[in-house]
Amino acid sequence: MANQAVERPVSRTSRRKDARKGVMAGKSLSVDTLIAWGVVALVAILTLFPFYWAVRTALSTQRELLADPTSLLPVGFTLDSFRAALGMADEETLAAGAAVRTFNFWRYLGNTVLVSTVVAVAQVFFSAAAAYAFARLRFPLRDRIFTIFLACLMIPSIVLLIPNFVLIYDLGWINTYQGIIAPTFFMSPFAIFFLRQFFLGINRELEDAAYLDGAGYFEVFWRIILPISRPPVLTLGIIVLITQWNEYLWPFLVGRDESVRVLTVALSVFRSQEPSGSPDWPGLMAGTILAALPVMVIFILVGKRLANSLTFTGIK
Amino acid sequence: MSTTIHANLRAKKPFLKEWRRRETLAAWLFMLPALLGLIVFFAIPAVRGLYLSLTDSNLLSEANYIGFENYRELLRDDDFGQSLWVTLYYVLLNIPLQTVLALLMALVFDRFIHGIGWRSLLLLPWLMPNVVVALLFLWILDPGVGIVNEMLEAVGLPSQSFLGSPQQAMPSIAGINIWRHVGYTALLILAGMQRIPQDLYDAGALDGASEARMFRDITLPLLRPVLAFVLVVSVVGSFQVFDAIAVTTQGGPAEATRVVYWFVYQHAFERFNFGYASAASMVLFLILVTVSLIQMRLLKANESDLG
Repeated sequence: MANQAVERPVSRTSRRKDARKGVMAGKSLSVDTLIAWGVVALVAILTLFPFYWAVRTALSTQRELLADPTSLLPVGFTLDSFRAALGMADEETLAAGAAVRTFNFWRYLGNTVLVSTVVAVAQVFFSAAAAYAFARLRFPLRDRIFTIFLACLMIPSIVLLIPNFVLIYDLGWINTYQGIIAPTFFMSPFAIFFLRQFFLGINRELEDAAYLDGAGYFEVFWRIILPISRPPVLTLGIIVLITQWNEYLWPFLVGRDESVRVLTVALSVFRSQEPSGSPDWPGLMAGTILAALPVMVIFILVGKRLANSLTFTGIK
Repeated sequence: MSTTIHANLRAKKPFLKEWRRRETLAAWLFMLPALLGLIVFFAIPAVRGLYLSLTDSNLLSEANYIGFENYRELLRDDDFGQSLWVTLYYVLLNIPLQTVLALLMALVFDRFIHGIGWRSLLLLPWLMPNVVVALLFLWILDPGVGIVNEMLEAVGLPSQSFLGSPQQAMPSIAGINIWRHVGYTALLILAGMQRIPQDLYDAGALDGASEARMFRDITLPLLRPVLAFVLVVSVVGSFQVFDAIAVTTQGGPAEATRVVYWFVYQHAFERFNFGYASAASMVLFLILVTVSLIQMRLLKANESDLG
């Protein structure tokens, strides 16, 4: 089923390309196509401009920035804000921009990488195991249990927020990694649903052959199901990773301490420490860009793949 | 002959039973971690949240059962009523514009732009943390030296307070979140458009139908199930707006952006009224369920015209 969903649109796109070639040869570029490319250009500019503007601001000095707020290029070009955020500033700049000093980028990056990676690996693996049971094994109450998992997809996060906070508080896990990680560690209803859907579409012949050779359930899951499902498992892993990377309220509630603080929380703390009248915009934007950079790298590496699977499977 | 079959069956039965037992055991082992997560972080908290909403819990002292007192209090609480209106206002600012823009973008990409590279650009804002997006726009919309105000002044228009004014704060938050979500929504709609058979458009073109006509008579009707799904998901998400507000306006100015989520957050984590906050979150839950059910009924979400 999943395979079909991928194949159909592809064939259609190629057919379209032929149609387009015909139009190009016959009537040259139509007005519609020109307008379409105009829209795309506008979307591209609106999408990329805020990032560019932040980079330009982060490379400027505060004083000249306020004097010349419209220049498209950095004004009074300097790397000081980035240096300060990366903990590489010299004494002089530190004295000038005290707020920047509290932004301990490498620490927050390390925390974020740790938390996101652990959650992505664990959540996808455990969800895959459960999805395999739902897709392949026969046991009493199977469909009813699966429905319960699906029902959890409907519970809004706000309902679980307070009780989960109380739980983590009672466990004494405030300001620990496990406190931040725990609620998303074991599964997400969406991950189970998504993987089960894919597993159902896998041809059973390989598995049957393996069972005949005396393989056990775990061996089949580990040696056949997971390797065959590499693309969707990886896509899901990336999505879980990014979702966890972007998570704000939960880590803010249970992990505000410097030692476990993740990037999103650090940014909001950084922002709240700024004087509201005239914040250190270059410093704030340097921090913002640095926090966005890893996601940007992931986007450049796998953006096409993500867009593709979103377009063809409509995953959430 | 028949006796041998019976003998076989009798011999097979215990084996089959044993096999089934092993399969069931394996299934439970495979589900164990996920079940643990389900019970500890979903099922029990959901029940506990409901229980908390019937108590005066405040994390510090012993919680007392007080029945529906929190809910009665919510009914009397003008702040809560106001936060419901503010949330609804946000949803109305957010959803129609976002959906229409996403639909138009999806249409352009579906009919004219075929490179995947351009499509992935739609995804970029959605991948960014809300906190990052909020900070980018906090700077761009700055009342003093933000680039938007500089541009307004350059063309002779007065500069605006945006996030700093009670009237403009909520539209600004809506704008920020539209920027983050419109491309992603467009991609979901595009996924639906790609499933509409090309033959229909070919036939339309042969009949001399314009793009606008084909959009109205082919694309829109066949897109209904996908649009319904997208609408339900984005409306539910929209009712839970929080991060952008937490980073920029913190519910202000003058409570103009105090949405229900912020109301719950304030009561729970600034005043530690866990019982009261839980009750408010339950009300939001009920509203979300009702809104989703009505939407699905209206849009006949589970029926397809494609057959």
